[in-house]
Amino acid sequence: MTEVFSSPAQATFWFVQGRVLFWIVNILGTVCFAYIVARRMIPLVRAQRDNRFDHPFARLANLLKFWFGQWRHPRFIGAGTLHILFFSGFLILVVHTFAFMSLGTADHPIALGGLYGTVSDYAATIVFFCMLVLIARRLSKPARYAVPARYGKAHTADAIFLLALIALLMAADSVFEGSHAAGMARQHMAAESLPLLSLGWMFQAGFAAVSAPVLANLYFGSYLIHELAFFFLLCYRPFGIQFHVETSLFTVYFAKLDRGTVKPVRWGVADNQLDQVKSFGVKTFEDFTWKHILDFYSCADCGRCSSYCPANAVGRPLSPRFLTTKARDYAFRHYPMFGKANNGTPLVGNIYSDDEIWSCTTCGACEAECPLLVEYIDKIVDLRRGLVDDGKVPQSLQKPLKALESRGNPFGKMEKKRADWAKAKDFAETCSVPVINGAGGARTLYFVDSITSYDDRIQSIGRATAEILNRCGENFSILGTVEKDSGHDVRRFGEETLFMALREHNTEAIKASGVQRIVTSDPHAFNALQHDYKDLPPVEHISQAMATKVRAGELQFKPVDGNDVYAYHDPCYLGRHNGVYDEPREVLDAIPGLKRVEMRRSRDRSFCCGGGGLALFYEPKEEQRMGVKRVEMAAEAGANVIVTACPFCMVNMEDAIKVAGMEGKMTAIDLAELAAKQMS
Amino acid sequence: MEILVCARRVPDTSENEIELNSAGDDIERDDLVYSVNEPDNYAVEEALRIVEETGGMVTVVTVGGEDDEEILRREMAMGAKSGVLLSDDSFAGTDGRGIAAILAAFVKRGHYELILTGVQAEDGAAQVGGMLAALLDYPFASLVNSIEVQHGKLKIGREIEGGAREMNEIDLPCVLSIQTGINEPRYVGMRGIRQVASLPIPTFGAADLGVNGNASAKKAKVWRTDYFMPPLGKGAEILEGSAEDQIAKLIELLRSKGGLQ
Amino acid sequence: MARIFAYIVHKNGVADDSAAELASAARKIDAAQAPVAVVTGWGGELDAVCESLCGGFGEVWKIGHEVLAYPNAELVRQALAKVLPAGAIVLVPHAHFATDLSPGLSIRLNAAYVPDVLGIDGIVTSDGGATLKLVRQEFGGQVNAHVRCDISSGAVLTIRPGAFQPAESAAAGGTIIDQSSEVGVLSARRRYLETIQPEAGAVDITKYPVLVSVGRGIEDPENIPIAQELADALGGAVSCSRPVVDAKWLEKSRQVGSSGQTVKPKVYLACGISGSFQHLAGLKGNPFIVAINKNPKAPIFRVADVGIVADILEFLPELTTAIRQQ
Repeated sequence: MTEVFSSPAQATFWFVQGRVLFWIVNILGTVCFAYIVARRMIPLVRAQRDNRFDHPFARLANLLKFWFGQWRHPRFIGAGTLHILFFSGFLILVVHTFAFMSLGTADHPIALGGLYGTVSDYAATIVFFCMLVLIARRLSKPARYAVPARYGKAHTADAIFLLALIALLMAADSVFEGSHAAGMARQHMAAESLPLLSLGWMFQAGFAAVSAPVLANLYFGSYLIHELAFFFLLCYRPFGIQFHVETSLFTVYFAKLDRGTVKPVRWGVADNQLDQVKSFGVKTFEDFTWKHILDFYSCADCGRCSSYCPANAVGRPLSPRFLTTKARDYAFRHYPMFGKANNGTPLVGNIYSDDEIWSCTTCGACEAECPLLVEYIDKIVDLRRGLVDDGKVPQSLQKPLKALESRGNPFGKMEKKRADWAKAKDFAETCSVPVINGAGGARTLYFVDSITSYDDRIQSIGRATAEILNRCGENFSILGTVEKDSGHDVRRFGEETLFMALREHNTEAIKASGVQRIVTSDPHAFNALQHDYKDLPPVEHISQAMATKVRAGELQFKPVDGNDVYAYHDPCYLGRHNGVYDEPREVLDAIPGLKRVEMRRSRDRSFCCGGGGLALFYEPKEEQRMGVKRVEMAAEAGANVIVTACPFCMVNMEDAIKVAGMEGKMTAIDLAELAAKQMS
Repeated sequence: MEILVCARRVPDTSENEIELNSAGDDIERDDLVYSVNEPDNYAVEEALRIVEETGGMVTVVTVGGEDDEEILRREMAMGAKSGVLLSDDSFAGTDGRGIAAILAAFVKRGHYELILTGVQAEDGAAQVGGMLAALLDYPFASLVNSIEVQHGKLKIGREIEGGAREMNEIDLPCVLSIQTGINEPRYVGMRGIRQVASLPIPTFGAADLGVNGNASAKKAKVWRTDYFMPPLGKGAEILEGSAEDQIAKLIELLRSKGGLQ
Repeated sequence: MARIFAYIVHKNGVADDSAAELASAARKIDAAQAPVAVVTGWGGELDAVCESLCGGFGEVWKIGHEVLAYPNAELVRQALAKVLPAGAIVLVPHAHFATDLSPGLSIRLNAAYVPDVLGIDGIVTSDGGATLKLVRQEFGGQVNAHVRCDISSGAVLTIRPGAFQPAESAAAGGTIIDQSSEVGVLSARRRYLETIQPEAGAVDITKYPVLVSVGRGIEDPENIPIAQELADALGGAVSCSRPVVDAKWLEKSRQVGSSGQTVKPKVYLACGISGSFQHLAGLKGNPFIVAINKNPKAPIFRVADVGIVADILEFLPELTTAIRQQ
């Protein structure tokens, strides 16, 4: 095919031959980029190690689903759709980019026509218009993007600049194509027709009346602009949120697989060697693992995490998004492109405040939203470990921690009273709760945990659970006074040593009992026994045990009377962290006459009740209680009874009903209590 | 500044009901857990803050037996440089004055500029600090809730009636008894205690200290003969019945006593 | 039998209520003796106090010295050590000043020391000497203890406020004896600077006839509105015990107790308050005390007029509703 213009490689740009110019541009650009990336890698090299090279197939599967498949994006349908569109566009354009580069550097450039050419033209068009929409979004400022004054300044101008540059890239590409096609048409040469309504096609139409010399300038000019813009973007991206374009692949591949548990204090250091570790937790930036630092680089500052964070919603000083962006800014500041890195300043007290770190309930809503699978809980726990190591624990938490150490429960109550809940007079007459006495006893262990054992109100959940197990014919026992707190929240509040002591004690007791199965009515205990403890028999939550019996037709219920409307609240550690959403609903739906509605935030978007375990003792600075927001959501959904399946949710809901002045309008009941009441 | 803090291991009574043992001569101690007396812990924290500012070190001392070493270790885990146990069979049964004499003998072996005690322990006596100061002929102040280090002296605040604070200047060396709430003590966890588990704790007996019988049961002027449950006496008239009944009766009583407008 | 002295605390020329209580306690030690009041201070205020004490005491020893104008325990101790005879029994009211003064005083006088005495059961004499039988409390008031004190070389006892009711008939017609010259030079290595008053809160709890007082049993600062509603319904105010202030759930100005405010309401509702003596020390004037507490063994039930064993978080809202319906 005869060409109307010479290739950019052969043309002359201000007395420099194209090939020379573009080789220089390419090499300089690439070297610059390599240097920048190398500097960015320095903190990763200095960071703590992280075990992310196992389970390659599972990781590849994650890559396919979350990176390639953009799985999380549709959760925010508007922004999500846009992202899927231009992400696909970028992927399609990858090959085109290299071919395009070769036009300026090689005598025999790569020619890609045909189907791929058409597809990539449309891809560029879609990307271009997406950029315009995104710029418009930045100007209209969706709430999610807002940056409260205490967290710094919004980077709106920078964001718009970058979006505009990408748009420019697409436009330059299309001008190049359009001017070429227009030039061919002018010379009445056979031209490949540009795809209808693509950006190139539009430019071609627009250039119909443009003279040949102008077309030539447009042709070569747009190529030059494209190449310069391309390499500028390449080198500029690592300075902001756009770095995720390069790092997202790695962040998703190396993402945490075992989300139920918390990372060890130090990868590669066994529990019994921990005494040799000088410092626990994250105190300075370099105490993070390399994967965590990679997370800081990869965050796209989209704000999805914070918009679903319950702590953020009630005005606590915690916003996950800013935990990350502040760390990123720290990294950029302390590891500059030129000059020495200055590191080693404590994070808490500088970029983070104590309250910020203690305000988290570890509900996991942030991790459920993040399209890049950025991890938050491990980072918060590590920061807490650092604070605990330095003795900087809020006074309100010191008392329950001390009680856990001396009495095995956060209330400081006596060990010998732990099983007294089962001795309540009317209850004990109808339902026996045997205590394990050596091995060879029961098949099933009912692990009660501290709040159900000691709290006057919550003990009735224990009794209801025992009644259900009895009715289902389970041969079960409890550990009794030998049981200690599962330590689930001791661990998540950073007291790893105390957690390990509790775990060791309970594991020994459970193993000595010889049980083959564990059931619990406490989702925190459920999560701990399943994920934090090792080598235990299988663990189930009472809702799962009931659902199995319901499906088998072995558990039936009397109809409810009255006109109550029930809303089920998914506890964080049953639902979001362990995926148990359907079983509790199955049980409720098996109760005849029970009207059930869904709240607007349910399942993996459930709104945390306020937190359990040690979170009950912490006094955060907040504008409102999380529980109050939640009971208001129940009322909004038309319910007057809120059903939970967690003792901590129950405490928070009942408190919230009082504080919100909704007594008489809303009641709370535990799933086990309701089931025990309605069992026929 | 060299600071000595006198601490004591006491039963934890916040959540737990104290009961008499079956013999009736002591409280039931089987299910008790022990920890450092809370005001003493505040004193150690305050001492640590002072040496963080002025340099020096904090020594924690207790009078007792092997069981009491655990509180010394806890305070060492918190940051005290050393812990000292003063122990001797002859100390058993001594009174507050005897304890103060033992501590005074220890103080005289060293050069402590500041001696702190907690304001009171489980017996509510609040005596050892004041007695120690008198035995050493050092100035004393009790119920201290603020300390500012100045040259050769301290500016201190004392808690007095009505929530007011009495500001004083006191020369060094001196003895202060510390009230809770003076600061926010740092957390000490199992890990910290493990890290000091094998540090040596010097122990001194009666002969080392030269107390020679002044702190023995024979010399005690005060001793407890037994514990007993406080008699209910007149006590409250407990309203029985359902909540409604109780409320109705209560409202009647409130009205008669002028409590209802 | 040794002479019994009562150290008198006074303010603005008026003797503290504890003076009469000390006289009563002294009579329980030795009914035959009219105790001696010992007063330190300076000027017209000191004179006024001494005059007022003549009725209740056999003698009033006045110790006036310019440096004693403000009661600095270090100086007072020196003065007393010089003036008091060997073997004396000295009574001091158990409060902030006593904690400062008395332990060291017992060393200076080489006397026995028993703080916070609740009851006096008489004297036992044997060839070893005389022993006083006393009652104290331990473990925050949860148990009482019988204590013996060897008074053969004297004793310093601090007396719990309110434990000994002033005896009506024990008029003694005492004379004032000026001991000021016995004191000599007084100097101390502790100097009084000033007193800082607490910030006045928005609510002055001393002005209300009804107080709804909350303790640890309120469990959470977010529950305090429950008490406020009841206080509103009763035309009263919310006050509290020390733990609530330590936890920063209410301001210091709301605290009733020896280290807080002294109040004299008509009605006092102690909600979720265990009843430590430091708290009760702030309650004067014999109010009608209603105790509401989950724990039937709480010490507050011993001093309250009426008690209800209930969870305040449930009981108070119901009570408020019922009162509003009146």
